[in-house]
Amino acid sequence: MYIIIVGGGRVGYYLARALLDEEHEVLIIEKKASFCEIINEEMGSVCVRGDGCEATTLADVGTGRADMLVAVTGDDEDNLVACQVAKYKFNVSRTIARIRNPQNEVIFKKLGVDVTVSATDIILEAIEKEVPTHPLTHLLTLSDKGLEIVEVRIPPDSAAIGKLVKEIPLPKGSKLALVIPRDRKPRIPTPSTVIREGDHVIALTTPESEAELRVALTST
Amino acid sequence: MKVIIMGCGRVGAQLAGLLDADGHDVTILDTDAYSFRRLAPTFGGTALLGNGIDEAALKRAGIEEADVFVALTQGDNRNVMAAQIAKHIFNVPRVISRIYDPLRQELYDTLGIEAFSPTTIFAQLVKEKIES
Repeated sequence: MYIIIVGGGRVGYYLARALLDEEHEVLIIEKKASFCEIINEEMGSVCVRGDGCEATTLADVGTGRADMLVAVTGDDEDNLVACQVAKYKFNVSRTIARIRNPQNEVIFKKLGVDVTVSATDIILEAIEKEVPTHPLTHLLTLSDKGLEIVEVRIPPDSAAIGKLVKEIPLPKGSKLALVIPRDRKPRIPTPSTVIREGDHVIALTTPESEAELRVALTST
Repeated sequence: MKVIIMGCGRVGAQLAGLLDADGHDVTILDTDAYSFRRLAPTFGGTALLGNGIDEAALKRAGIEEADVFVALTQGDNRNVMAAQIAKHIFNVPRVISRIYDPLRQELYDTLGIEAFSPTTIFAQLVKEKIES
């Protein structure tokens, strides 16, 4: 595959190395001359000096035939524009943007970026998995459907305890898929299933209604 | 009209003053409070510290009720990102953005952002002066 990387900082550098090892055709666009020099010395001529948001630079490096563009500069807005120019001017089919602000995930998707990667979110997910007291854990993201599968533990002071599933104000787009009680067999919840303390609930939700779902199941 | 201006540079501050004098409800955003020194002492609108590419800051500026959003920072990418958030997330009826790079301006114009490039306009203006 021909992959263009915008931004030759640490992330771009190591990404290029890994992709070259996998025998992809890689090109880095970097503004700083000193960064370009180091990359070209170490990896062969794979770095072009320029602004990856500028259509002329992207035209020079043959973006029209690129299979993918990955924007990994330190600025969210630069990554957005690089991806949009690649997508709308050069018809690159896959664009990936690194984001600093996790809230930009939704915005970038809406504005045409195919995939966003947020270090903040990745670290947060790792913490959620490591720390058992965290009430909501992401299990799986079905990004093309805009859905995620999460696990919610019902804390001892939750207002949902003792209530029937149909009495719990679930947000639109959220569904309870499985209830795993502490000492009994997992079951598929019906509207009249009772939620108990310590239940593990596996639910299907959307990124937008995730917070509301957590509140519905765990708030006091 | 309720107008939000992002970027309190010379152009932003000047525009804020003109619109305020005409009786519009103006809120101007900048990430540096020092920039607000450019506002005229008579400016009666709101000067707000915040980043226009941050949804929370835009909400604080009242973007949900805004009729017009104008992006006038020094960064083309910041301007187009804020403009697109205003248009596509908050559905502001009129969104105007300054984009120095003429090629980028063309692209975003076709993507529905009312964009103008001071580079093109000013070069044309100077050319006309010289040739007249």
